[in-house]
Formats: sequence, C-alpha cells, structure tokens
Amino acid sequence: MELFTNQVLAGIATGAIYACMALAVVMIYQAIDHLNFAQGEMAMFSTFISWQLMQWGLPYWAAFIATLIFSFIGGIAIERVLFKPLTKAPILTQVAGFIALFSIINSCAGLIWDFTIKQYPTPFGSSPFLGSQLISTHQAGMIGITLLLLVGLYFFFQYTRVGLAMRAAAALPESARLVGINTSWMIALGWGMAAAIGSIAGMLIAPVVFLEPNMMGGVLIYGFAAAVLGGLTSPFGAVLGGFLVGIFENLAGTYIPHVGNEMKLPIALALIISVLVIKPAGLFGRNIVKRV
Amino acid sequence: MSAVEEIASQAPAVEAVPKRAMTLSSGTAFVIVLLLLVVPLFVKNFIIFQMTMLLIYGLAVLALNILTGGSGQFSLGNSAFYAIGAYTSAILMEQYNINYALTLPVAGVICFGAGFLFGQPALRLSGVYLALATFALATAMPQILKLGFFEKWTGGVQGLVVTKPDAPFGLPMSQDMWLYYFTLAITIAIYIFSVNLLRSRSGRAFMAIRDNEIAASAMGIDVATYKTLAFGVSAGITGVAGGLGAIAVQFVAPDSYTITLAISLFLGMVVGGVGWLPGSFVGSAFIIFVPNIAEGISKGLSGAVFGVLLFLVIFLVPHGSRQVAMVAQQLLGKLRK
Repeated sequence: MELFTNQVLAGIATGAIYACMALAVVMIYQAIDHLNFAQGEMAMFSTFISWQLMQWGLPYWAAFIATLIFSFIGGIAIERVLFKPLTKAPILTQVAGFIALFSIINSCAGLIWDFTIKQYPTPFGSSPFLGSQLISTHQAGMIGITLLLLVGLYFFFQYTRVGLAMRAAAALPESARLVGINTSWMIALGWGMAAAIGSIAGMLIAPVVFLEPNMMGGVLIYGFAAAVLGGLTSPFGAVLGGFLVGIFENLAGTYIPHVGNEMKLPIALALIISVLVIKPAGLFGRNIVKRV
Repeated sequence: MSAVEEIASQAPAVEAVPKRAMTLSSGTAFVIVLLLLVVPLFVKNFIIFQMTMLLIYGLAVLALNILTGGSGQFSLGNSAFYAIGAYTSAILMEQYNINYALTLPVAGVICFGAGFLFGQPALRLSGVYLALATFALATAMPQILKLGFFEKWTGGVQGLVVTKPDAPFGLPMSQDMWLYYFTLAITIAIYIFSVNLLRSRSGRAFMAIRDNEIAASAMGIDVATYKTLAFGVSAGITGVAGGLGAIAVQFVAPDSYTITLAISLFLGMVVGGVGWLPGSFVGSAFIIFVPNIAEGISKGLSGAVFGVLLFLVIFLVPHGSRQVAMVAQQLLGKLRK
C-alpha cells in the first residue's frame, strides 16, 4: 500500500508538468479550434529566452515577467504573420503549417543555443516538500502555480468582457462578428495567451527535464493526451487530465511487468483511447450535436 | 457544464473533391508512364534507387489519401502499417526463404487485417481524437517491435538485413533497375485499383461519408462497414509499400518507422493535394527531395529551411499540387480556344 501511495504521489508530481502544458493546449484550442503542434517548441523557445536573460544577469522573477511579455507578443506576431493568411486554407494545410513552424523553431533554437543540456534554476528550491521524499518544493510550487493559473483563467473567461468575447468568437464566429466582436483579433489574442501560458509551463518544467531544444517533445505529447482525456473544451478537465495521465503512467510502470521507460507512453495512450472510446468527447468535454 | 448541448453544423474537415477531378486524363497519364519507363535507362543507379523510393512513398501517401481524401478519416498511424508490411516481407524472406514477390501480397493481407481491426475502435472517434488514437499506434509500434518476445523473428533493436533480389530470367539489368521496374509495375497496378475503387459503389460511399456522415447513413450507407473498410484498404496498400521499402532499402529496424515517418506521409499528402490521387507522387517527391535540398542550403539550419520551404508551398498553393494542375488545365483550355 505504501508503494501505491508513493507512486500516486510521484505521479501527481510529474502530472503537474503535463497539466501545465495541457492548459496551454486547451487555451489555443479554445481560440482556434485545433491543436497546435508547435506549441511545445514555442514554449521551449520562450524558456531559452528567459535562460538567456538570466545569463545576462537579470533576477529570476524579472526574467520571468519579461519572458511572459515576449511570448505574448511573439504568439500574436506568429498568428498575424504566418497563420492569418492561412485562415481560408483547408484545415489539413494549417496543420502542415504547424509542423513547419515546429521545424523552424526547433532548428533555430538549436543553432542559437546548441543542443547541449543546460541546468535551469528554480525559484522554489529543491528540498523535500513537507518531509516527503517524493515531492520536492519545486514540484509543489509547480502544482501551486498551475492551480493558480487555472483559477485566473476561469475568472478571465467567466467574468471579463474580453474573456466573454473570446468564448463567443470561438464558439460561433459568425454570430460573434454580427454583434461587433473583432473575431480575427480574438484569435490573435488566443495565440498570445497560449504562448504566454506555454512559456510558464516551459519555465516550470525546465528545472525537471533540463533545458535543450528537444525538451518539449515528450511533454507536449503527454500534454495533448491530457487535454484530450479531460476534454478539449474544459481547462479544468485539462488540468485534471494532466494529473491522471501522470498517475496512470507511474502506476503502469510499477505494476505491469516488462514495462520499461519506453513502453510507458504507449500504455498511457492506450488507456486514454479506451476512455475516449467510452466517452468520445473526453471526461469533461461538451458533446457537440451535429446537424446535417 | 451547462445542460444545453452545443449544436454545430460544421463544414467537413476535408473539403469535397469532385470525382472527376480526382484523377488524370488518359493522355497525361500516358506521357507520365512513358517517362517513368524510359528515364531510368539514362541515369545512374543512385538516381534509380531514389526513383524507386519515390514510387514506394508515393504508394504510402496514396494509401493515406484514400483514407483521408476519400473517406475523410485522419490518420497519423500509417507508419505503423508501413512497419508491419516491411517486417512481414523481411521476416518471410530472411527466416523462411520465401520469394520476395510472394511476400508482398502476404504483407498486404496482414496489414489489411490489422487496419480493419484498428478501424473498429477508431469508429467512435473523429477529428483530433482519431488523430491521437492513430498517433498512439505510431508511437507504440517501434516499441512493440523491440520487445524481447518477438526478438526471435524481428532481430530486436538491431533489425534485419534483407538481400536484394537479382533480375530474373537472366535479364541484363542491374539489381536497382530491376527493382525499379518491379516497383513501377506494382505501383501502376495499385494506382489503377485505387482509381477504380474510388469510382465504384464503395468509393462513392466513402465520399458520401466524408462529406456528411449523418446524411450518408440516412441514405442507407453502412457507415461502420465502409469506414473500417477504408482503414483496411489504406493499411493494406501501406503494407505493400512497406514490404517494397524493406526490399529496396535492404534493412528493417524499429527506429526507421517512428512517428517522423507518419508525419512525412501526412506532409506528402497535403503538398500533393488532399483527395487528388496523382498528387500523392508529387507529395512523395517533396518529402524525399526537399529535406536534402534544405540540407544543401544550410547544414546547421536545415530544419528551419525545410520549414520555410513548406510554408512557401502552403502559402502559394494551399490546396497542394492539385491546385497547380487545375490552373495548368485552365490555361491549356484557354490556349485551345
């Protein structure tokens, strides 16, 4: 039993990483209605920017804020320059655009900062949290920030004009335009916010997985899986999905024989698909009724 | 969540392609086949090898095109079927000494079965959810191939070396050239099969499901059967392509069939034009040659160059090579008048 509790705790700790990424994924899904494959790379690039700022002598929190602003503007710029011209293109072409963006960012980061692994500082320290060996203060801080972000987003979407406008633009773009919402800029805003949330995720994850251009590959997949599991329309579901995926993954690694590190991912994915087969819109997603 | 359920009448993810626009006119097809037959006689062996790979990837993209462009289902898992086909051929040839040509139908049938079975749970999923499910298949496949349990047959992480077949009947041509013509024959056969499939009753059913699933089922189309059938056919063709790929490359290993391959196939389909069968081979040329070109322009930034080239293509022709072909056709039509 103690093994079980420990593994669940460890799962929650890794799950916090996925939850953070899943939140960014849901954010952009709300704004543009598909998954952005380049999200992880955008987050990685932001994290490198903050690392660079710290190398130049900025304190952690100053670099943190500067990176947030940079990512927000960067996200909007990417949308305006690269994806606005593609709005009318078929969906699959836009997905190809995400893959192209992925390739560009990854390659540029590799050229600027090279592919060696770098240490990344944490503001929370890494001593054991409340005497538990499994969760460090950094991981506890990460869970705290994720939950804080979730609450913040909830209030933003439920109680502000801009949040309401963004929801309207995503749900029914044409009707939203008719009542005077600038839907095109709402999409850009969605990109900016997703990039900023992604950069928070990146900066929180970097101390755990270390900083390098490919650090987000695995994390993004888990983030997608978590978001899909929780339901792509629900930020709360995404965070819960993140923790669940973390726990699944750890338990599968412990209790199923012959499961090495490499088999963890397929098993976690298989489990998620089984959930989806029973509940096709995810655990907390809304069912969309289709009309002919 | 609110009790009110959202109602959406969404446009289908894959836009409708008129049936006639899915193929080439017979005159153009004749010229292309003639070129494919004659060119290898005048070029070096390495280029012949690349042309063989172009046809093989072209087949794999074609298979994806039948699934996505035909029946409107999205798959990132075709690399898994490619792997199954490649391993089936390699194992039959190396462990059981079966003639290479005979291994291909076996690979096709096994993959058809695998695709058909995978199509069952995938029935309940669509859009991003289906993408995630197929993606899971693609990430799991290399790990499954590495499992100790199968190592007796698959050779584990090291993979298997495949011998390249000689030209039969003492024909005076190199192994590469023989393999090229062998691949070309199979490609043409599968291409004709695919065109006819999409023109048949089943093909029309695929397209009806793609355009509007609810309306299709109201018209009496058995949606579940045809969706799984599309998965099966797509997987079967991919399997044959995989078998040919194993013979051409002379080597199979788990890490050749990762998610990167699936993404390449997807890009090939988009660049070629979703739902336009001849475009599959244009797309295949893109995924084979453009990474090399990008590497040639800048070694350190090859990924960025590739991304920029890809962006250029989708900016200029969002509908892929189909759009180029249509513009060309219109220009020709004007000239004739």
